[in-house]
Amino acid sequence: MIAYYVDLALRSLRRSPVLTGLMVLAIGLGIGASMTMITVLHVMTDDPLPGRSAHLYTPHLDPLPRDYHRGENSPDPSDNLTWPDAMGLLKAKRAVRQAAMAGGTLLARPAQDGLQPFYVGGRYATADIFALFGLRFEYGGGWSSADDAAGAHVVVLADMLARKLFGRADVVGRTAHLGELDYRVIGVVADWSPAPQFYADNTGTQYSDTDRFFLPLSVAIDKDLPVNGNQSGWGSDDKAGSGKRGAEMSWLQFWVELDTPAQVAAYRQYLVDYSVEQKALGRFERPPTDAKLYSLMGWLAHENLVPDDVQLQLWLALGFLFVCMLNIVALLLAKFLRRGGEISVRRALGARRRDIFAQLAIESALIGIAGGALGLAIAQLGLWSVRHRPDDYARLAQMDPTMLAGTFVLAVLASVLASLLPAWRACRIAPALQLKAQ
Amino acid sequence: MEFRPILSSLRRHKLTASLLMLQVAFTCAIVCNVVFMVAQRIQRVSVSTGIAESELSVIHSSGIGKDESPQARHAADLAALRAIPGVRSAVAVSYSLPLNRSESSRGFCPSKEALDRAMQRNSIEGSGCMQPAVYDGTPGLVDTLGLRLVAGRDFLPDEYVDKGKPAVAIITQALAKAMYPGRSALGQSMYDGHDFIRVVGIVDTLLRPAPNQPGVAGQSMIWPQRPVDAGVLYVLRSAPQDRARILRAGRAALLAASPSRLVDPQRMKTYTQIRARYFQRDITMIGLLIAAGLGLLFVTALGIAGLANFWVQQRTRTIGIRRAIGATRGDILRYFQAENFLIVGAGVVIGAVLAVALNLLLMSRYELPRLPLWYLPVGALALWALGQLSVLAPALRAAAVPPVVATRSV
Repeated sequence: MIAYYVDLALRSLRRSPVLTGLMVLAIGLGIGASMTMITVLHVMTDDPLPGRSAHLYTPHLDPLPRDYHRGENSPDPSDNLTWPDAMGLLKAKRAVRQAAMAGGTLLARPAQDGLQPFYVGGRYATADIFALFGLRFEYGGGWSSADDAAGAHVVVLADMLARKLFGRADVVGRTAHLGELDYRVIGVVADWSPAPQFYADNTGTQYSDTDRFFLPLSVAIDKDLPVNGNQSGWGSDDKAGSGKRGAEMSWLQFWVELDTPAQVAAYRQYLVDYSVEQKALGRFERPPTDAKLYSLMGWLAHENLVPDDVQLQLWLALGFLFVCMLNIVALLLAKFLRRGGEISVRRALGARRRDIFAQLAIESALIGIAGGALGLAIAQLGLWSVRHRPDDYARLAQMDPTMLAGTFVLAVLASVLASLLPAWRACRIAPALQLKAQ
Repeated sequence: MEFRPILSSLRRHKLTASLLMLQVAFTCAIVCNVVFMVAQRIQRVSVSTGIAESELSVIHSSGIGKDESPQARHAADLAALRAIPGVRSAVAVSYSLPLNRSESSRGFCPSKEALDRAMQRNSIEGSGCMQPAVYDGTPGLVDTLGLRLVAGRDFLPDEYVDKGKPAVAIITQALAKAMYPGRSALGQSMYDGHDFIRVVGIVDTLLRPAPNQPGVAGQSMIWPQRPVDAGVLYVLRSAPQDRARILRAGRAALLAASPSRLVDPQRMKTYTQIRARYFQRDITMIGLLIAAGLGLLFVTALGIAGLANFWVQQRTRTIGIRRAIGATRGDILRYFQAENFLIVGAGVVIGAVLAVALNLLLMSRYELPRLPLWYLPVGALALWALGQLSVLAPALRAAAVPPVVATRSV
């Protein structure tokens, strides 16, 4: 029966090629614009660390004074941790794994002659970071907590930086010159660039930054290495407590691994207890319940990395699709009602309303499939142009198989939805009246 | 023109006609808002920075030699840069230029009382104090940037400092008006909690490096402090067509003067490029908005034409009968035009309401001002014109139906 309906639909569509073309074009444009923007939004809000992200959490404390007033455009200092708090949480070891970290950019001098020095971004972190985020070592390994405590001058390089500095990846034991200091290479990890860079301070360009080296955080603080991102202080200049080790400047990010709901609940309680304790000591002034524990995806939602413009573009595209659908509803209605004679004959010959409805819905679905193909082409064109924009997230704008299938599903869904009203009206044509008129 | 027969015929196609009307309404609502957003963005990207944009080029250099006095380095570099043929003047600044996003701002108060008010509220809002962006640079900055002094003078050579805070400043008119309303700012002392800084000059316009908040975008000041870091921006002024050559020559001259430094070609730009980069998202958005608006109008025009075409086919016999009993071609043509006029007319009335509603919705979620009401009649006229244009071809075809059709059976 379906084959017969498809045949009928094809005949009917071929009978009015201009109208069919118009409907395919309308749905193609609407789907193309919508899928371009849905894809962009999808890659921007996608899980940056599939498989691992469900175990990662970031604690949030509020060490700000009660009357702290934040400017309209300035970042929230309590998004990051102070040195004493980060060290406190690190030493308490209440999570399965935990690491404090901050970003930095250093001048790298290649060991090979004739190559210009260049700036490279990396991360200062404590020992657990590799296991915590699941980085894969190609050679060597990470450093230990003892190295952290001793401020050992060791470095883990990303494959790409190792090749750029030494011409090859197997460089464990060699000396890398970064900034003004020499470091012994103890490991090389495979290139790693989760997008967005969820663990970095949110002032950077998180969809395009990548870490190329990892240094012990203690070295960064001992040698006062330059730190990227937002370093917000709230103490007055002349009071002790400012500076990187101070309790009145936040600049560190902190991530923990928690594997079971019980561990999550316990950690959440621990953060509140910690805040109560700090409040009793007179350091914190705000309610201890300000302490929060964000899951990885929850943290990204909290940071709201999707720019307003991208959201606006999505709404615009959906509005466009909606108008295209209205257009198709009107055209289908006109088309179906004009076929009153044909429908009446079929009804008189015994077709049920249901059959007529199915036939018309299949006809619209065919339009949807053609529109989906056109929409896919338009969306690929749209994504290609997004990739050529200098935006931070541009390089990510690619369709994965799910989105590809989604395009067709959306196109067919939209066209079948658009056909509901016209098909229902067409089913209600009274056959006797129509036949008599002829 | 008699509307009654049209209305009674439309009543027989109630559903189809109202769908078309709805489509026109939504198109009208979206297009009005899209055009408004485009106008907003165009206004944003055409803001004046106050500097001679088309004549400036910028090179970033960072010294990596250890035992070098940065300021001696800058002076030697500037001499080398000025020697390049075509360079009219050159200065060094720490990092700030209008629209390059590297901003350093500082709180200043017109008086001690205002400072006390600000301290009390723990905020500078409403205290009379301001937080202007602070520009620094080597002597000649005002001339090289091409700023227009409207009062006072440029800095004197002995006012420049290498370390610490300068004693004088040049401020923009916007800052002068905000700090000293109703008074002349020239000669006033700005208080920053420790020292007074005297205003010696006022320039017409100098936009901030990161003008995020609209009210204070023009509030900036320059003070005579030479850059102190090894990393520095060299600003070169030349004829517009010389800029690309001067950037290349400048990089070569800097590397020749001292090889132990980084001159990143990525950070070597004409000012036009700096400006384009700042407004890059807006320019993308303008393009997208225009494309979406045109797409909507196109689809709606197709819808109107498609449906009209259909109706003409359907009514061929009726048209023939009308022609046979005396209607002229003009009558038939006008019939379809009037029908379209009615449908689109009803559509734009609903569309105007929807446009305002959509604008309110956008205002609540995004930073967007209220839609000026004159957009609505203009949008209505545009859609009416579009409707008439799209119905013209089908209507002409209808007018061409010969009366003899009436005598043929279907």
